[in-house]
Amino acid sequence: MDVLALSRLQFAVATYFHFLFVPLTLGLSMLVAIMETLYVRSGDEDYKRMTKFWGKLFLINFAVGIVTGLTLEFQFGTNWSRYSAYVGDIFGSLLAIEATAAFFLESTFIAVWFFGWEKLSKKAHATAIWLVAIASNISAFWILVANAWMQHPTGFVMRNGRAELADFVAVITQRFAILEFIHTLGGAYLTAGFFVLGISAWHLIRKQETEFFRKSFRVAAVWTLVFALFEIAQGHMNAEILGKAQPTKLAAMEAHWETGRNVPMNLVAWPDAAHERNAVQGLAVPGGLSLMATYSTDGEVKGLKDYPVAERPPVLPVFLSFRAMVGLAFLFLAVGLWAFLKRHAITEQHRFLRVLPWLIPLPYLANELGWTIAELGRQPWIVYGLMKTSDAVSPISTGQVGTSLVAFFLVYALLGAVDFYLLFKFARKGPEAAPAAAK
Amino acid sequence: MFETIWFVIWGVAWAVYFMLDGFDLGLGTLFPFLAKDETEKRILVNAMGPFWDGNEVWLITAGGVTFAAFPRAYAIMFSGLYTPLMLLLFALILRGVAFEFRNKEDSRAWRATWDTCLVAGSFLPALLLGVAFANIFQGLPLDAAGLFHGNLFTLLNPYGLLGGVLFVVIFAVHGALWLATRTEGDLQARAGRMATSLWIVEAVVAVAFLAMTWFSTRLWQNVLAKPVLLVLPLLAVAGLLALRVFAAKGAWWKAWFASSALILGAVLFGVAGLFPNLLPSSLDPAASVTAFNAASSPLTLKIMLGVVLCFLPIVIGYQVWVYLTFRDTLTAESIRKGY
Repeated sequence: MDVLALSRLQFAVATYFHFLFVPLTLGLSMLVAIMETLYVRSGDEDYKRMTKFWGKLFLINFAVGIVTGLTLEFQFGTNWSRYSAYVGDIFGSLLAIEATAAFFLESTFIAVWFFGWEKLSKKAHATAIWLVAIASNISAFWILVANAWMQHPTGFVMRNGRAELADFVAVITQRFAILEFIHTLGGAYLTAGFFVLGISAWHLIRKQETEFFRKSFRVAAVWTLVFALFEIAQGHMNAEILGKAQPTKLAAMEAHWETGRNVPMNLVAWPDAAHERNAVQGLAVPGGLSLMATYSTDGEVKGLKDYPVAERPPVLPVFLSFRAMVGLAFLFLAVGLWAFLKRHAITEQHRFLRVLPWLIPLPYLANELGWTIAELGRQPWIVYGLMKTSDAVSPISTGQVGTSLVAFFLVYALLGAVDFYLLFKFARKGPEAAPAAAK
Repeated sequence: MFETIWFVIWGVAWAVYFMLDGFDLGLGTLFPFLAKDETEKRILVNAMGPFWDGNEVWLITAGGVTFAAFPRAYAIMFSGLYTPLMLLLFALILRGVAFEFRNKEDSRAWRATWDTCLVAGSFLPALLLGVAFANIFQGLPLDAAGLFHGNLFTLLNPYGLLGGVLFVVIFAVHGALWLATRTEGDLQARAGRMATSLWIVEAVVAVAFLAMTWFSTRLWQNVLAKPVLLVLPLLAVAGLLALRVFAAKGAWWKAWFASSALILGAVLFGVAGLFPNLLPSSLDPAASVTAFNAASSPLTLKIMLGVVLCFLPIVIGYQVWVYLTFRDTLTAESIRKGY
């Protein structure tokens, strides 16, 4: 493999791995903040124990999310230096804003929250976790604005052989960025919802701390249903903007080859990129794709054949990832609905409770599939329509990248193993005994 | 104009980073030498606990400032120094999780493993950053296209290595003083003794480094051209001397602030001596990466200046609040009660 292929693989490893931890951070920080607020307002000790129990799992997850985020900031310079020099005027600024406006807040107050149980008033302590939750979500905003700019560059001029900022407000308020941000948050919140539902179910089956986990379950059931509905409704808005901003990505997601009007949506297909057609396709919804992309069954949708072969993304993985992600979203909705409807009599739902822990990995999978569509679907561009990935890589040697790639595999395998082991261990251990029971 | 302002912000971000993270990197390096038993280890960890994460964001900010204000410098520095930066990254990763993982399993081997990561992950960044900055001071083998003609071993020259040793020792003293401010009794006495005995090494290495800087770099010439800047190396030397005087009196907070003055003075002296270069070239002065030929567009520099002026005072405000909130003395008693 050459430097380009190795660097892409390294970026994929670093990003997939980082995003195993980020969604839970974004979602669970909010849930823990809600739990602690319930404690402060009601004085109910169970909510304090919930805050501590879920907070401990939150911290174990948080640590790896933070340190693997360092890698991403380093990598733009180490492996993608031509990209960094070409677009740093805009992209670098967004990352710097993220550090000063959000990352400082998050990193400072996570420690305040952890060390401050005895030192701060109840209200101040709950404020600390809210600051962490809000800061990590603001942090996501700036990162996703930066990513959205790579997907749909706007507000810039080409000058001095690079992309220079022309309209800052256009960059941070573009529709693509806002949609990407809320879509990512929705996925993150679902991840946290399934995490809490699944672990609560595990304990409820075993009749351990039933009252504690029923309360946790109720909070998470409402939360999960809200965001499952939100994610599906909002996902449709993304299709529309992709049709305008990234037609090749939308066409790859749908394995759509010929430009036309009144385009059906094939629920089943197997794209054959070599012959520029689908080897199999079926279960067509008439006008479905046109409707999704243009809000009219008669709307025109560009097909892949309109673009040179060298400017098309790899169709099969993007297509399959999209099918799988959407399928999972509907499963999440069904589970969320059932959990919500049965939340008051959940202890009687034995079969449902037994299944729930096994569903915890699914939102993780959906998140990674989403990023596969976003990043692989953008290829061969690193900045859509502006710079190709192959022109962006650093002038470094295969030996350097090969060595660091092996190191990433080893270190990340170790971190992943330890972190998931600890999450399992403390999730199964359950909360500390209630003060009354301790007496 | 904006380029110069951003050059100053760039230098100050690095200086503040070294002043703050310096003490926890140093204390991490001294971990096996200062903590006798598990209780003392936990005291050391808790002396860094509420601060290290927020301190490290100053490194992210210094990197972010480079990327945003001088994207070409960021691109050349990070790709040219690929291997040392990867080592720095892995060190920081293992160090970061070590804080979280070390007390999560009741096993000696488990804790020993993560303590090793904590120590190596504290020592290596100090060494690597010292080597990197000394090499930047004397110039990197960069051609006009910004290509780095060298490898890791190019950086391991005498001046670079002396810079690495200097950073390690300065941070170690800084960390030992920090521990002395936060503890009492025997542990405090040992931390203080550690600081004063390392101070001799620190003074010798610092003087040697300043002398070698005269021959290996153009820092002194640049600073002497604007004599008002001499206040920076003087601040460093004054800090170094005051540190020893205060330490002898057992005035640990004052000694720690003197050590901070030393770090700020030394780093800002180096940065001022570089101006306008960010990455001087040792191959051809004309190939140097400067604040002017690497800068972002005026619009970006203006907007980012607004962002920094708006947020950094807030950041400094809440970080000072955190330092004041968690300034109490750590004892075996307080460790047993908490966390």
